[in-house]
Amino acid sequence: MKEKQFRKKHNWQLIIGCGLTGFFVLFTIVGQFWTPYDVTAMDAAARSAPPSLAHIMGTDNFGRDVFSRVMNGCGNTFLVAFCTVGIGAVFGTAIGALTGFYGGWIDEIIMRINDAILSFPSILLALILISLLGPGKLNIIIALGIIFIPSFARIVRGEVLRCKSLEYVQSARVMGISNFRIIFAHILPNIWVSMLTAAMIGFNNAVLSEASMSYLSLGVQPPEASLGRMLSEAQSLIFNAPWYAIFPGIVIILIILGFSMISEGLRKLQWGEN
Amino acid sequence: MKKKSGILLSTAVLLTSAVLCACGGGENAQNTQSSNTSSESQTETAQQTASGEPAQGGSVVVGMTQDIVSLDPHVETDAGTRAVVFNLYEGLVKPTVNGDLEPAVASDYEISEDAKTYTFTLRDGVTFHDGSAVTAEDVKYSIERFAENSSESSAFSNLADVVIVDDHTIEVELTEGYSEFLPDLAEAVIIPDDVEDINATPVGTGPYKFVSYTPGQSIQLARYDGYWGGAAYLDSAEFKIVADMETAFMELQAGTIDVLNYLTADQVSALGDQFNIVEGSMHLVHAMFLNNDYEPLSDVRVRQAICYAVDRQSINDFLFGGKSQLIGSHMIPALEKYYESAAEDVYTYDPEQAKSLLAEAGYADGFDLEIAVPSSYSQHVDTAQIIVEQLKAVGINATIRLVEWSTWLDEVYSGRNYQATVIGFDGTLAPSDWLAKYRSDASNNIANFKNDEYDQKIDEALATVDDSEKVTLYKELQMILAQNAASVYIEDPADFVAVNKRIGGYQFYPVAATDLASMYITE
Amino acid sequence: MKYFIKKAVTLIITLLFISVITFAAFSVIPGDASMTRLGTEATPDQIEALREEMGLNKPVTERYILWLSDALRGDFGESYQYEGQQVSALLADRLPVTVLLAVISFLMILVLSVPLGILAAKHSGKWLDTAINQLTQITMAIPSFFLGIILTYIFGLILKWFQPGLFISPSENLWGSIRYLIFPAAAIALPKIAMVVKFLRNSVLSEMPKDYVRTAYSKGSSKNRALSRHILKNALIPVITFMALVVAEILAGSIIVEQVFSVPGVGRLLISAISTRDYPVVQAVVTYVTAVVVIINFVVDMLYQLADPRVKAA
Repeated sequence: MKEKQFRKKHNWQLIIGCGLTGFFVLFTIVGQFWTPYDVTAMDAAARSAPPSLAHIMGTDNFGRDVFSRVMNGCGNTFLVAFCTVGIGAVFGTAIGALTGFYGGWIDEIIMRINDAILSFPSILLALILISLLGPGKLNIIIALGIIFIPSFARIVRGEVLRCKSLEYVQSARVMGISNFRIIFAHILPNIWVSMLTAAMIGFNNAVLSEASMSYLSLGVQPPEASLGRMLSEAQSLIFNAPWYAIFPGIVIILIILGFSMISEGLRKLQWGEN
Repeated sequence: MKKKSGILLSTAVLLTSAVLCACGGGENAQNTQSSNTSSESQTETAQQTASGEPAQGGSVVVGMTQDIVSLDPHVETDAGTRAVVFNLYEGLVKPTVNGDLEPAVASDYEISEDAKTYTFTLRDGVTFHDGSAVTAEDVKYSIERFAENSSESSAFSNLADVVIVDDHTIEVELTEGYSEFLPDLAEAVIIPDDVEDINATPVGTGPYKFVSYTPGQSIQLARYDGYWGGAAYLDSAEFKIVADMETAFMELQAGTIDVLNYLTADQVSALGDQFNIVEGSMHLVHAMFLNNDYEPLSDVRVRQAICYAVDRQSINDFLFGGKSQLIGSHMIPALEKYYESAAEDVYTYDPEQAKSLLAEAGYADGFDLEIAVPSSYSQHVDTAQIIVEQLKAVGINATIRLVEWSTWLDEVYSGRNYQATVIGFDGTLAPSDWLAKYRSDASNNIANFKNDEYDQKIDEALATVDDSEKVTLYKELQMILAQNAASVYIEDPADFVAVNKRIGGYQFYPVAATDLASMYITE
Repeated sequence: MKYFIKKAVTLIITLLFISVITFAAFSVIPGDASMTRLGTEATPDQIEALREEMGLNKPVTERYILWLSDALRGDFGESYQYEGQQVSALLADRLPVTVLLAVISFLMILVLSVPLGILAAKHSGKWLDTAINQLTQITMAIPSFFLGIILTYIFGLILKWFQPGLFISPSENLWGSIRYLIFPAAAIALPKIAMVVKFLRNSVLSEMPKDYVRTAYSKGSSKNRALSRHILKNALIPVITFMALVVAEILAGSIIVEQVFSVPGVGRLLISAISTRDYPVVQAVVTYVTAVVVIINFVVDMLYQLADPRVKAA
C-alpha cells in the first residue's frame, strides 16, 4: 500500500526524461570544449577500427574517433533544436497570444492557415523550404523554425482563449490594465506548462527532422559532424564498420526518447494520470 | 517546332566534354596487367565450356549512379552517358582499349601532309540497327551535325567542309592544319540522316541496339546481330540507374548488379570472393582547382604553399588504397607520349616549406579558404575533407561548401565565382583537349590562369604539325602549370570495378566506355 | 449538407492557396532552370531563346494561370532533368509504387496497432499496459531512416531475407513487389504504430467511464463484450480523424525510406528533382502530395460527420 502511494507520487517518466536529456546536454556541452580525440583528426593507422578501449565507439573510414564525433556532433543537433524551437516559440507565442486575445477575422484567417500547415508532415514542409533556400545548417534552422510556429501558435491561442474568460483576467480588463500587460503579465505566466510540453515535443521533432535532413545531405555539411550526417556516411560502410551507424543512431534515439519522456511526464503533471 | 528546340538545346546541353567528375573509365599501361590477369582466369573457365570461344547468350546488369543525360550522341554529355552510348554508336574511327584509334565505320583513312585533309574509305557492309546501310550522306550529315552542336572552343570550329568524293569515300577538310583531329572525329559518331529525333529513337551502328529507357531507372539494350564486326556474346544488357553509391554497392552484393564502377578501396575490401576486381584508372585529372584571381590565391607563393601543404599520397591512401597515380600537372599518365612525369615531383609534402612560403607572402597567420564541392560526389567531398585537415596544419582555415551539381556548374564552372573547388576533369585522347583550357582567354579556363609564356606555347603546340616539337611543347606546358601552381593536382584516381564472376571479358578503355561487346557469361 | 458544402469550399480554397504558394515559391528561386539545362558553355542568346521557349519571360501571373490550367488537365509540363519526358508520365510511373508502399504500411499499422491499443486499454495500469506503453515510446523515438538502415543490414545483408535494391515493379510481379516492400513499409510503419496504439488506448480509456458503458456493465456485459459491442464503436471515431494524420505521416516517411531502400517511388523522384532543380517535377510532386493530404483530411471529416453526427458545423 505504501509502495503504491510512493509510485503515484513520483513521475518516473519526467525523472528519467530529465535525467536522459540532462546527461546528453552535459555530454554535448563537454563535447564542445573537450573530446578524447580531435573531432576531425584523421588517422590512417586506425581506419574503420571496431570499438575498443582506445576508441569506445570505434573509428570511421578516415580513422576519426566516432565517440568524439558523436560528442561534438550532438552540438549541431542541439543547436538546431534550440534555435528552431526558439523561433517557433517566440513567433508562435506572439501570433497565438495576439490572435487569441483579439480574435476577429485576422484570427480566423491565421488559424485557417495554421491548420492547413499543421495537417502536413513537418518533413515534407522542411523539404519544400530547403529546396527553395538551399541546403545548409542555417537554412535548416530557418526552415524548421518556420514550420514549428503554427503548433506553438495554436497551443498558446487555445490557452489564451481559456485564460481570457477567467475571473482575474476579466477583472484586470475592467481595471483598465493594458492588453499588452494582461497578455504578458497575467496570461502567459499561467500557461508555461503547456508551452514547456509543446517545446519538448518541438525538440523531439527538431532532432528528428535535423537528423533526417542531414541524412539526405541537406543539413549540416561536412567535415562538421552531425548525427544524421554521420548516419548517411555510415550507410555505405555498414559492412566494414557497423558501429559507425549503430552508435550515432542509438544516441539520436536516446535524445528523442529523453524529450518525449519529459513531454509525457509534463502532460501527466498537468492532466493527472491519464 | 519540337525539332528546332532539340537542336537549340543540344548546342550546349549540360556539360562540355571536359568537365566531369564521375567520369571515364580507362586503362593505363601498368594497370592493364592486373585487369588482364583477372580476366584471364575467367577466360579459361569459359574456354572449358565452349571450345575456345565464349558462348553467346545471357545478359548483364551494369550499375550507374547517375541518370543518362541524353541518348543523342552529338550532344555533349557526361561520362556516365558516354559509357552507355559507346555500345550504340560508332564513329569513322573508334578508341581501342590501349588508347589508339581503329577504323570503325571507315575501313581506312589517310591524313594529308599539311594535316588539312582527312580522307576516309567507308567500310562495306556497315548497317544501322534498322538494317539500312550506312551511306556517305549519313556520314556527312553526322559530322556536320556534330560540328554544329560543338562549342566554339571545340576542334570542330576548324572544320571547313565534308566532301562526298564517291559512295565510299569522304573527305574531311580543315581550315588550318591540325594533326590531332582524329580523336575528335571519333566522337562524331555516325547516325542516319533521316531520323527525326535521335534522342527518342536512338539508331547507330554499334554492337548493341537500343530497346528502352525508363528515366531514373534503367536503359535496356539488345545485341545487334547485323553488326559488321560480328555479333557480340551477350543477348541483352541493362544499365541500371541507382540513387547513390551506397545503394549500388548493396545491390552489387545482393547480385542485382553485375558490374559496378568507381568503388572505393574500403568497398573493395568488403567484397566477397564472388567478384573479380578489375583495377584501372579513371583517366581524370583529380585536383583542387584554385581561382587564381581570388585575393590570397593570386599570389603564386600562396598557391605553392598549398601544393606543399597537401599530402597527395595520403589522399591516395585514404581513398584509393594507394592505387592511384599521383600527378603534378593537368595531364593523365595514359597519354604516355605527351605526359611529363617530372611534374609529379615539383612539390613534395612539406608543411614547413608551406609555412615559410605563406610567411613570405604575408600570410604567416594563414587565411580563410572556402572549398566548393559538388555534394553528389563522395569522392570529392572526402578529398576535400582530407585537404581541410592538411591545410589546418599550416594555418589555413579551410571550410567546405557543398553545392548541388547544377549550382556548381552555374557558380563555379561558368561563373568562376569560387575560391577553391575539388573536381575531376576528363578529356579526349587529344593532348590539347587537356591543356588548352589554361589559355588566358579560354572560355573554360576555370582556374583563371594567366601566363603569357603559356599562351604563346599552347598556340605553337596547336599549330605545329611536327610531332616531336609538339611533344616537347606539351611537356613544357605541363611544367609551367606545375611550377606556377595553377592548381593543386592530386592524382589520376584508381578505378576499381567489381565484376561478378559470372561475367567475363570486362575491359577498361581510356575513354568513358563500358564495352558490352567484350563481355560474356562464364558459367 | 451545409456542412459538406462549407467543407468543400474550404477544400477548394486550400488547394488553390497551396498551388499559388508553391507556384510563387518556385518562380522566385534564384538559379534559372534554363542555365542548368544549357550548362557551361551557353551564350546569352541561347539562354534567352530557351527562356522564351520555356515561357520563363512571361509575367508571373500569366505563367501561373497557364500552369494551373495545364495542371488541372493533368499536364505538368516537361521535366528539365529528363529531356522530352512529361512530368505526368514520370509521376504515373512512380505513383503506383508509392501507393503500394503506403497501403502496405497502412495495413501494417492497422493490423498491429488496433489489437495492441485495445489490449493496452483493457489492461490499463497493469504491467502489459506499461510494457506496451514503454515499447511504443521507444519505437516512436527511432528515426525511420535509421530503422531502414538497420532492417537492410539485418534482413538484407546478414539474414538475406530480401535483396536490397532488387525492387520488382508491381506491374511485373505484384507479389514480388509486395515482398520487397514489406521491409521499407515496416521502417515507415513501426514509429507510426506506436502513435496509433497510444491514441487508441487513450481513446478507449476515455470512453470507459461513460454512462452507456456503465449501463452495459450493469446489464451484465463482460468486459470483453462491453469493449467489442459498445466502447470500440465510439472509441474508433476519433481514431478515424487521427488516421488522416497517419496517412500524411506515411507519405512523408516514404520520402525518406524510399531513399534508404532505393524504391523508385515518388519520394525518390522528389529528392532527385530537388537536387537537380527540376522544378516542374518538384512542383508537381508537392502539389500532388499536398492535394492528397488535403483531400484525405476532407474525406475523413466527412466520415467523421457520418459516424458521429453530433459534430456541428463549427
